Formats: sequence, C-alpha cells, structure tokens
Amino acid sequence: MAGMATQGDGERGGGVINYIIRRVLYALPILIGVNLITFALFFVVNTPEDMARMQLGMKRVTPEAIERWKAERGYDKPLVFDASKQGVHTVTETIFFEKSAAMFALDFGQADDGRDIASEIAKRAGPSLAIALPVFVVGLMTMVSVALLMVFFRATYVDAGGVVLCVALMSISALFYIIAGQWLVAKVWRLVPISGFADGGDALRFLLLPVLIGVVSGIGSGARWYRTLFLEEINREYVRTARAKGLSELQVLFRHVLRNGLIPILTASVAAIPLLFMGSLLTESFFGIPGLGSYTIDAINHQDFAVVRSMVFLGSALYIVGLVLTDISYTWADPRVRLE
Amino acid sequence: MSAFLGFKPALLWTDALLLLLVVAVLLVVRHIRRHEHLAAPWRKVALSRAGMVSATVLMVFATIGLLDSMHYRPELPREPGAPAGAVRYAVEMRSLLDHLLDPLPVQVETSYSAPLATQAFNKTSMESDSGTVRDYPRLKFGGAHLSDSNTQWATDISARVLRGTLWGLATGLAILLFAAFVRGPAQALSRLFRWLVGNGDDAVHCVAWTVLALSVLGGAVATLAQGYHVFGTDKVGQDVLYQILKSIRTALVIGTLTTLVTLPIGVVLGIAAGYFRGWIDDVIQYLYTTLNSIPGVLLIAAAVLMTQVFMDTHPEAFETVTERADFRLLFLCLILGITSWTGLARLLRGETLKLRELEYVQAAQAFGVSSAAIIGRHIVPNVMHIILISLVMDFSGLVLAEAVLSYVGVGVDPSMISFGTMINSARLEMAREPMVWWALAAAFVVMFVLVLAANLFADAVRDALDPRTRVRGVA
Repeated sequence: MAGMATQGDGERGGGVINYIIRRVLYALPILIGVNLITFALFFVVNTPEDMARMQLGMKRVTPEAIERWKAERGYDKPLVFDASKQGVHTVTETIFFEKSAAMFALDFGQADDGRDIASEIAKRAGPSLAIALPVFVVGLMTMVSVALLMVFFRATYVDAGGVVLCVALMSISALFYIIAGQWLVAKVWRLVPISGFADGGDALRFLLLPVLIGVVSGIGSGARWYRTLFLEEINREYVRTARAKGLSELQVLFRHVLRNGLIPILTASVAAIPLLFMGSLLTESFFGIPGLGSYTIDAINHQDFAVVRSMVFLGSALYIVGLVLTDISYTWADPRVRLE
Repeated sequence: MSAFLGFKPALLWTDALLLLLVVAVLLVVRHIRRHEHLAAPWRKVALSRAGMVSATVLMVFATIGLLDSMHYRPELPREPGAPAGAVRYAVEMRSLLDHLLDPLPVQVETSYSAPLATQAFNKTSMESDSGTVRDYPRLKFGGAHLSDSNTQWATDISARVLRGTLWGLATGLAILLFAAFVRGPAQALSRLFRWLVGNGDDAVHCVAWTVLALSVLGGAVATLAQGYHVFGTDKVGQDVLYQILKSIRTALVIGTLTTLVTLPIGVVLGIAAGYFRGWIDDVIQYLYTTLNSIPGVLLIAAAVLMTQVFMDTHPEAFETVTERADFRLLFLCLILGITSWTGLARLLRGETLKLRELEYVQAAQAFGVSSAAIIGRHIVPNVMHIILISLVMDFSGLVLAEAVLSYVGVGVDPSMISFGTMINSARLEMAREPMVWWALAAAFVVMFVLVLAANLFADAVRDALDPRTRVRGVA
C-alpha cells in the first residue's frame, strides 16, 4: 500500500489528518486524469457535430438543426482554446472548461430532458442506498457465516460440497438470478410485487426481493474467497496455541480465527462502501427502482452523454474516497500499521 | 480455383485473430512439451478429474466456435445470359458451422413454438372446409414429416432418441478407439477397455465417459433436430438450438481475444513498474489507479457509445451487417482488455518487486547483464504461472460480462447472436401467459455449462501452477 509504514513511533492523531490531506492531494491528479479521459472520449474522439447528427437522425439533418442542438447544450464553443476572446475568457468559454472542469465544483450541467443532473443525483442516491446498503451488510454476514461453516467442517464432504456449490453459484449469470427470482417469488408465489418503488415504510415490500437476489448472487464467489482467507489463518501458531490451551473448536473459530480473518475482509469491503451510492445497474433497472443505477442505464439507452459523463466522474471520485478509507481502516484494524 | 470450389473464403477480423491465437497456443504447447520443468505442473492438471472433464467440455465448445469462425461466401446461381466466366458470390457470409447445420438456419417458422412441438404456440385463424376456425397451426418444419402428429409424435420422438443414442455411442467409441490407437497401435483395444472400466479415480477414465456422454447427447440432439426444433423457436421463428450454437462463438471470441489485449499491456507495464521502480513505477501506478477508478461498466458504456457514433457517421466503412457487427465485437474486446489489464499488472508488479531483490538477479546486474536480458531470462519465466493463472481465471468472468453488457445495451451488436442478445430479447416473454421459457432456459443452461467448465478448469490450473497452493497441499 502506498504511503504506509509499519514503524512504531509517530504521533497518531495528527498523523491521520496529515495523511488524509496528503491522500486527497494525491487523489487530485487521478481525478484530473479521469476528467481528461472522459473529455477525450466524449468530445475529441467524436466531435459534438457527430453526436448531434446521431441524436437527430442520420439522414436529412440540416446544418441549422445541428447548430441549434449544439447551442442548446452549450457545445457550440471551441474545445479547449478560443483565440477570439480576451484574457482569461480564452480558456473559460470553452467546452473543456464549462463541461469537464466544472465537474470538480460538482456542477454537472443539465441532462437532455432539461433537468439539473446534480439535483437528480441527490434525489436518486437514497433509493440506490436503500438496496445497496442492505445487500452489502446482509451479504457480508451471510458470506462470512457460510465460509466459517465450511472451515468448521474442513476436509469433510460438507466442505467439499460447499466449495462445489460455490463454484456452481459463481457460474450462474447475474441475469439469471434476477429473472428467476422475479419469476418464482413475485409471479408464481406472489409474495412481493414484481417491480416498483415507494417511499417510507411501504418501501420494504419492494426492497425485499432485490435485496435477497443481491445477497444470493454474491454468495458463491464471496464465500469461497473468505474460506481461503480463514483457512490461511487456521494453521497459524496462535491458533495452535489456542487449541493447546484446551479451547473448543467453536471458540477457536469465533474468538481467534474470525477476528483475525476479518481484517482482510473488512479492509477489502471498506473500498466498496462509497461505491454503494452508485447503486446496481442490473437490479435497479429490472426492479424499476428510481436510483442512480437505473439513471445510468436510461442515460446509456437514450445516449444522454452529459449524464454518462457525470456518472463516470462521480464513480471515480467515490472510488478514490474508498481507497483513502481502506488505508485508514488498516490502521484501525491492525495497530501495527501506522500512516506516515 | 475459387470458381471450382463454388465458394470464396472470407476472413473477418475476429476470425483472423482467433486463428492467430490458436497458432500461438499450439506454439506454447509445443514449447512446454519440450521442457520438462514446464511440463511437470501441467501433468498435474492431467491428473485432476474435474480439470480434465471440464477441459473435454471446453474442447467441444472450442470446436463449435472454431467451426463457426471459418467463413466463406457461397457462389450465387448463374443468371441466364451471363457470360460463362462470370461468377458472383453472395454478399452475406456463411460459416462452416452454418454449412454443417444446414438446413437448420433456414427452417424458420412464423413465430414461437415450444421445444419439439409440431404445432405453433399461438392460435391463428385458418380457412377450412367448414369456414374460418381459430386453432394452433401445424409448423412448417417441426414434425412436418408426421401425417398425424397426435398419434405418431411420441413414437417418433422415442425412435429418434434411440437411434441418436446408438449413433452417438458408436461415434463416441470410434473417437475413443482412434485416441487409443494414436497412443499406440499395439493393444489399442485393451487400452480402450482399460479406459472404460478402469478405477473411478483415474482422470482418463472420467474423460472417456465424458466423451461417451457428450457423443450420446450430441447424437440424440442431432437426430431430433433433423425433424424438430429441439429447443423450440423464438418470436420470429428462428430455431433456438441454432442460435445457441452461434452464441458459443461470440462468447469464446470475447473470452479469448480480450486476453490478446490484456496480456501485452499487463505484462509489459506490470514488470516494468516492478523492475525499474522510480518514476516509471509512479507513472504506471498512476495510470492503472486512474483507469481502475472509472467504474468498469461506465467506461465500457462510454467507449461503446462513442464507437456507435463512429459507426453511424461512417457507414461506408462497413460493407455488410456481419462486418459491422464484427467490428463492434472486436472493439468490445479491445475495451474490455483496456479495462481489465490493471489486475494482472498489479500482481506482476508485486511479484517483480520481490524477484528483483533475489541473489541471482542481483548477480546478473553485477555482471552487467542488460535489463532486457534479465527481464527476459529471470523475471518473465518466474512470473509465467501468474500470467497463465490470471488468463484462465479471466475467461469465465468475460463470458458472464458479455451477457450483462449486451443487456445494458453496450455489448455486442444487436444483429449478432450471443447469449446476451438472446436473453435480452427473451426476457420480456416471461410475462406472457402461458410463459415462453425455452429460449431463456436454453441460453442460461448452455452459458452455465460453459462458465462452470471454465471455472473448474481454471481451478485445476491454479492448483497445479501456483506454488503457494502446492505447498499448502503438502502441509
């Protein structure tokens, strides 16, 4: 991990704050890089002219219509430099400055339907979290439990069968889990509505199935991975000592193996927490949940470039937040690790 | 010469690259066979039952995919009055698989029909002697050879299954006998016998029975397909079995060609970052952190949207629909490769950082051996297992990703048959009453078998090649 050391000395509280500041400064070039990549993808590889022509229909589109389309979206300016303007306006009144650089100030501009993207994101983050957070928490607990169960029965048929089941679950397409789940639970058993969303307490009815499917579809790969992590711990010396003390296998597992095995699991999971805001593309679009995932899918289908651009930027920013959180959680979980 | 053949070979970009890949794999296999220390871990794979059975299944998929990658343009019938020497070829390409499956691709019904059905799925109005009646019409091709479908259907199906099973059994035994003969002409029969009744733990024994089971299955499906739509037909009446077989190539192309992009970038950048350290390491780390930070699906979506714009503004660059779809498939592989090299690069960087501190590397540096030579002679051979493991591990993920991306609308071209496009077009039919389940079920089951085989094979390879699991296996 970059920027971490295991020396013993050093003031802890001030170190963390210093570290976070340096980490944020380190994140800036990455965000700028993301910004340049999206700018290149959306404006240089294909000019606004090309995009206008595609959106308006390929044939018999007048130059006036293209100009109007570009003017409506503010794409009628030069890309990065305008020699006809004075002073600072040579760079500020350009597509790059207004469309790409403005995202650093969380100004995402307008979607094709005229709505403000930033407020739309704020409105849709809630429903996304309502699904992603329970899936994350319940999923993590389920995977750890299943993995511990396999470790408890290690080198028996239960363990071997569990691993085979995990590989089989991993090999099933995420689409199948959703389609089969909707069909069985919502259509045949009629336990919950097939899709939709409501605010407040009524939401539970709609959230149950997507959360269940989200948890089940992740078990295979997660449980198998955690099992190997726990198995690495189980042959350590401290575990042998614990057994020698006369602790029962269950006590060894829960008091020693689980605690130490959780460190890599938790630190790896921390990175995923900020990205929960982004929601899940598939689940939200299948269940008609008005979150950020379905927003993204709709934007892709309607070729709303402004929204896709904003989501790329938002996702990258959240990923970087996750990286910082991961480093901090290392120090929290393992006191030997100090942040320089 | 082509006039004599009656067709003109045609090479799509993905065909050429697949061919290149096959040649590369064969060269690597030859290299490994000649070096005992390289061949030893692979011999462990050959002893693994799950690994060898899944490898057999993967071989069947690969054969279908390769047959579907040999394209040609059939000769058009000569127009009356055309000069004798003028030969014209069809614009649309066909593959060798299409040719073998004839007439399956053209046996198109009007709409849905259930698996092995003789009647359509929906009622239509038909003229008869007693006026207009609404009834299920007979299919044009499915069970068309039966005069009375109600009484003859069951007997015909069982007769075909029986015939197909016997054919499959005979073919499977012939294949095994051939294999036994290749291993050594003397005692070929007794070797075949040993393979079939050997003890259950033997990997060869499992492979032999897998071959038999697959040939029986293939034989039964093939005989049934000659008279019926084995997996039914879809909305426009296309045979689902045909679509499934065509989807296999798309999945294989995505799973394998992506590695052609991943491998060079990941290996070069990963090793360079670990070996040279300093600013080179900083730049490469910056590069992959930046790429990693963009959510994969969104980067792919953005790039595919941009390809779409390019293809729409340059329609003249693509002669046929097939070429257009092929370009998009190739581009999708490129994008997937660009988004997925970061994992490999990070692994290789870490391993190279460790390796460069070892005595033999330091000794080589002290002797003034050039960096390129050290990397080629000492680093690359020692990270080869990481490269191979990550290659086989990535395959199944890519096959699954294709389905999701095609569903999102940023996968393969809608005109290209793939698991993703099949699922996408079939998923709305779940809401119909009664339900149209066969296209979805067939796509999911075949995809599951392919991915499961790939996962099991990858596990066997990892167990055999990864030194860490080797040590743990002993302990």
